[in-house]
Amino acid sequence: MRQMLRTGAAWAALGLAGSAALAPTAMAQETNLVINDEIEIVTRAPAPEHMEYVREIFSGWEYRSPETQTLQMDDFENPGMIGVDNARADFDTAMGADGQSCASCHDTPEALEGVRAVYPKWDEAKGEVQTLEMQVNECVTERAGAEAWDYTGDRMTEMVALISSVSRGMPVNVAIDGPAQETWEQGKEIYYTRYGQLELACANCHEDNYDNMIRADHLSQGQINGFPTYRLKNGKLNAVHDRFKGCVRDTRAETFAPGSPEFVALELYVASRGNGLSVEGPSVRN
Amino acid sequence: MSFSRRQTLAIMAGSGLSVMLGGRMALATPTEELIANFTGGAEITGEGLTLTAPEIAENGNTVPVEVDAPGAEAIILLATGNPNPDVGVFHFGPLAGAQMASTRIRLAGTQEVVAIAKMSDGSFARAAQEVKVTIGGCGG
Amino acid sequence: MAENVTPRVRVPKEAAAGEVITIKTLISHPMESGQRKDKDGNLIPRSIINRFTCTFNGKTVIDVAMEPAISTNPYFEFQAKVPESGTFTFTWIDDDGSTYEDTKEIAVA
Ligand code: HEC
Ligand code: HEC
Repeated sequence: MRQMLRTGAAWAALGLAGSAALAPTAMAQETNLVINDEIEIVTRAPAPEHMEYVREIFSGWEYRSPETQTLQMDDFENPGMIGVDNARADFDTAMGADGQSCASCHDTPEALEGVRAVYPKWDEAKGEVQTLEMQVNECVTERAGAEAWDYTGDRMTEMVALISSVSRGMPVNVAIDGPAQETWEQGKEIYYTRYGQLELACANCHEDNYDNMIRADHLSQGQINGFPTYRLKNGKLNAVHDRFKGCVRDTRAETFAPGSPEFVALELYVASRGNGLSVEGPSVRN
Repeated sequence: MSFSRRQTLAIMAGSGLSVMLGGRMALATPTEELIANFTGGAEITGEGLTLTAPEIAENGNTVPVEVDAPGAEAIILLATGNPNPDVGVFHFGPLAGAQMASTRIRLAGTQEVVAIAKMSDGSFARAAQEVKVTIGGCGG
Repeated sequence: MAENVTPRVRVPKEAAAGEVITIKTLISHPMESGQRKDKDGNLIPRSIINRFTCTFNGKTVIDVAMEPAISTNPYFEFQAKVPESGTFTFTWIDDDGSTYEDTKEIAVA
């Protein structure tokens, strides 16, 4: 399935260059990520067994500049925590006909500790793999009787950031076997499929070329343990599927829709490539 | 004798020409005008201002900078390559514990960031740092 | 009009008399520069916070004139001298005339 890159057009169009001459790699610095002097984050780990071509996995944090890295070390300096605060207020906000809030059933956000680490996850009742966003919308619509939230809207993304924040430091551990396996295989297929005019797969950038520079951007492994991410580029929290969308669009391809079965499968697969890294969201990226 | 850009700027501002003469005014860059407004045309000869900014910023939207000038009354911060170079002016009051501040600023591209401090004795000090802003826009 | 503007301030709860402490502030605000265009190509009107002040028991610590080049969610870190127990008052002034305020008590042991 995996092919060597054809030289030429695609890479020229993207301006990919080896990093050695351009920038020292973040990994050489051996800084560790500890949030609030308290939460230790695993940003490098042995690759999970299912990964054939990569030996070690790295959080995207490793590839960011020291200034960007620092923003994530203190919740006060991490602007993504503004979204978490908004969601904390929202957690207690009544919805639907019966005026229930998340808190009516889940007490506090802390009660959802550990949840982020295992999502996307097989849902027995629905007979499908669910992302955290799908699970939250299930609660919003079926349990609280309110209208569904926009899949990558601010309200949803901030709620997912809150749920992630209470699991920070816990190892990502999504299940890829049993009933989830079929979806996982589908996600893997997408990950290695070349899309767009540039004929590039996720793997061409995030597996074959991580740690290289692409148009002055330091390429990471495209891990999602840090989502939602606060991006300096747009000054807000970004949902996983919005980032997937952006990456597919960069290959000049038509993209799948956020929340689509394709992106759900891709999310499960990409999450599984980070099994062993810590939950980090909301993280800060460029 | 040759002048560095810094000295030339200081001399221009110091000479008062850029403030006084209409013709000059038209030629002055927005940065020079802002500096002249801040200094009232006084010469910038003092020392003691430190400007800290990254050499390379990953994204121009949020670049951390710090200014520090023990004994300053006020510090102006300028992004000389922005369409409007004005970033802000920090005034320190009697209860400032130090005449320093950090913030995060927007840079429209690679450029020189400049700070000028007004010291309590009426003198002015200048510091500058070149910040290379890398082109973002990849990976969505 | 900026929505959802919430100030956040970090100040130690206690200090020794005359101690110099570090203060951090962050306020959620778009700092819309007035130079960006929306999807349809129309200019998004400028909406920024143009001034930030911090006082302690009525005396100024810092007073900042802010331009659109200050990033989204303006952040400031600075230092204050604490001569006695009292109250820090933080004020952000918006272009649209709104002001956002936060206060923090500090005890001198
Ligand atoms: C009427 C009660 C009710 C409300 C309101 C409700 N939930 Fe739930 N929620 C449940 C139940 C029941 C489950 C499934 C049982 C379980 O997995 O713990 C669940 C499961 C979840 C899960 C998955 C937990 C896991 O371990 O997989 C998340 C996340 C969640 N809810 C978030 C929310 C959020 C966020 C809100 C508010 C927007 C909300 N819920 C509102 C009842 C509710
Ligand atoms: C043309 C090269 C390219 C391709 C193809 C590509 N990406 Fe990316 N991606 C990037 C760049 C550049 C970044 C920003 C730098 C970084 O974090 O790696 C990025 C960032 C990401 C991030 C954010 C990582 C973090 O730590 O926040 C994720 C997730 C991601 N990509 C997933 C994907 C997926 C999934 C695919 C396939 C659908 C894909 N990318 C395809 C170039 C690419």
